[in-house]
Amino acid sequence: MINFLLLPILIPLMTGVLLIFFPKQIKWQRWMAGILSFITIIVSTMLVQKVKTNGIQTLNVSSWDAPFGITLVSDMLSALLVLTTSIVAFACLLFSFRSIGEEREKFYYYPCFSFLIVGVNGAFTTGDIFNLFVFFEVMLMASYALMVLGGTKIQLRETIKYLLVNVISSALFVITVAYLYSVVGTLNMAHISERISEVGQPGIITVIAILFLIVFGVKGAIFPLFFWLPGSYYAPPVPVMALFGALLTKVGVYSIMRTYTLFFYHDTGYTHQILAILAILSIIFGVIGAIAYSDIKKIVIYNIIIAVGAILFGVSTMTPDALTGSVFYLIHDMLIKAALFLLVGVMIAITGTSNLKDISGLIKRYPGLAWTFFVSALALAGIPPLSGFVGKLLIIKGGFEAEQYGGAAIVLMSSLLILFSIMKIFINGFWGAPRAYEGEEKVPVRTLMIAPVALVIISVLYGVGSELVFPYISQATETLVNPEIYIEAVLKER
Amino acid sequence: MEILMALVIGILFMCATYLMLSKSLLRIIVGTGLLSHGAHLLILTMGSLKRGAVPLLGENASSYTDPIPQALILTAIVISFGVTAFFLVLAYRAYQELGTDNMDKMRGNKGND
Repeated sequence: MINFLLLPILIPLMTGVLLIFFPKQIKWQRWMAGILSFITIIVSTMLVQKVKTNGIQTLNVSSWDAPFGITLVSDMLSALLVLTTSIVAFACLLFSFRSIGEEREKFYYYPCFSFLIVGVNGAFTTGDIFNLFVFFEVMLMASYALMVLGGTKIQLRETIKYLLVNVISSALFVITVAYLYSVVGTLNMAHISERISEVGQPGIITVIAILFLIVFGVKGAIFPLFFWLPGSYYAPPVPVMALFGALLTKVGVYSIMRTYTLFFYHDTGYTHQILAILAILSIIFGVIGAIAYSDIKKIVIYNIIIAVGAILFGVSTMTPDALTGSVFYLIHDMLIKAALFLLVGVMIAITGTSNLKDISGLIKRYPGLAWTFFVSALALAGIPPLSGFVGKLLIIKGGFEAEQYGGAAIVLMSSLLILFSIMKIFINGFWGAPRAYEGEEKVPVRTLMIAPVALVIISVLYGVGSELVFPYISQATETLVNPEIYIEAVLKER
Repeated sequence: MEILMALVIGILFMCATYLMLSKSLLRIIVGTGLLSHGAHLLILTMGSLKRGAVPLLGENASSYTDPIPQALILTAIVISFGVTAFFLVLAYRAYQELGTDNMDKMRGNKGND
């Protein structure tokens, strides 16, 4: 079936459209969103398997041959990311059932949720640079709605800032695409890459590369452009925050990965050097934020920035090892960040506060929560054999190969400080004298724990079974290292 | 012609930047509108402003206009229209809830939560 790679985009789209029609039947909304989200996981697993056996899948929409029409391309990287997105989405959905509250559910929470997944999966799958912009907008529109849904004061205030930042970066995206079009005269990503290699990356292409870095850097929250993230992600309720933290910034990271390995790999001296410096600064500032705050949400939010830095440092070195590590770490980070956010959500649900100073002794009554949190903290810091280890090892190895000793050392040291920042939550929040919290009996801790526990288990399996996962990851890296494979698969008809 | 368009686009961006740096929320929204106008004109200019026949195979003309920038602009206009509409509603709702349209008073200090 040639349309297969469209299904992870189509199923959430159909879910969203259907659910709009009966907003008040919450039971139906939950069941349909849950079942269809689960089907998306199955379909994306099949897609990964299909890409594994048959190579890169492409679809020319409406049978307009590439490079004239819009092409959807599923190589291993995008297929894996679509699968991870589907898993994370399902987990956040499960968590939402018991925590988001009827008020929000009645006002189109599930349709917005589905449209967000449409945007994310679409952005991962598309092979057309303008279509990428369109899917970005789909994703952003849904995220504006999700962020403001509920209409509390802090949400309204932060959504305005978030919207303004994203409107500006979207305008820049359009401008960048226009510049690129004027230079290469095409929008198909494979074709752009081919044309750029024909002209051999003149100066104007480097300017465009930096513009792309700014555009995707705003979405992906790299160093000077992450200023909006801590405030904005703090505002919405936990499942939405988990979804944003796990998926939205990663779309920006994926886009940088894609453009910097597919388009701008001819003259890496300037662009990739800047990327490396910004990545390292992101790590440093992220670590400072994560250590400085004593608010559990803020600590995890700053950890997003650190992870983005680590992944992009791997990309900037452009060695096969580091790229493999980046892909590995990207998927790990999506899973573990979602798990951590949801666990933090459970803590907030129990205690009613996110201030670490008001929380202590949770391990006495909730040992399951405590140990799941402990495992996910170790995985985040990259303790072997958990999932963060392999990715970081490869990124650092690649960094040394590219003789970026300083950067690699900072990535290495950041692990220690990440561990410190998360252990701060563990030590202060779970140890110490148990306290009584108002209304804690009413919190359905067991049902809330299902989603994060499942995510942590997947992440542990991903780390322990990295031998088994590795063929998939290395296939994903192959297209990043050799753009010809990608170009050939898309433009094969000619 | 391209130079003139570049000047117009530059002025639009300048006004947009000025407006977006102001404190009033409505001015900021107008600024985002101007910014996207500038971006749309830029797409048109970047496709080079050549004249010619419609891009149909049977026309046998010596030069054709480029249809792609127009398709892109159409998409971008629709999107920015949607975003602006959402932004206006959001601004109104925020004004009702927060009682101000001054960005200075919307800082994320603890006291405001």
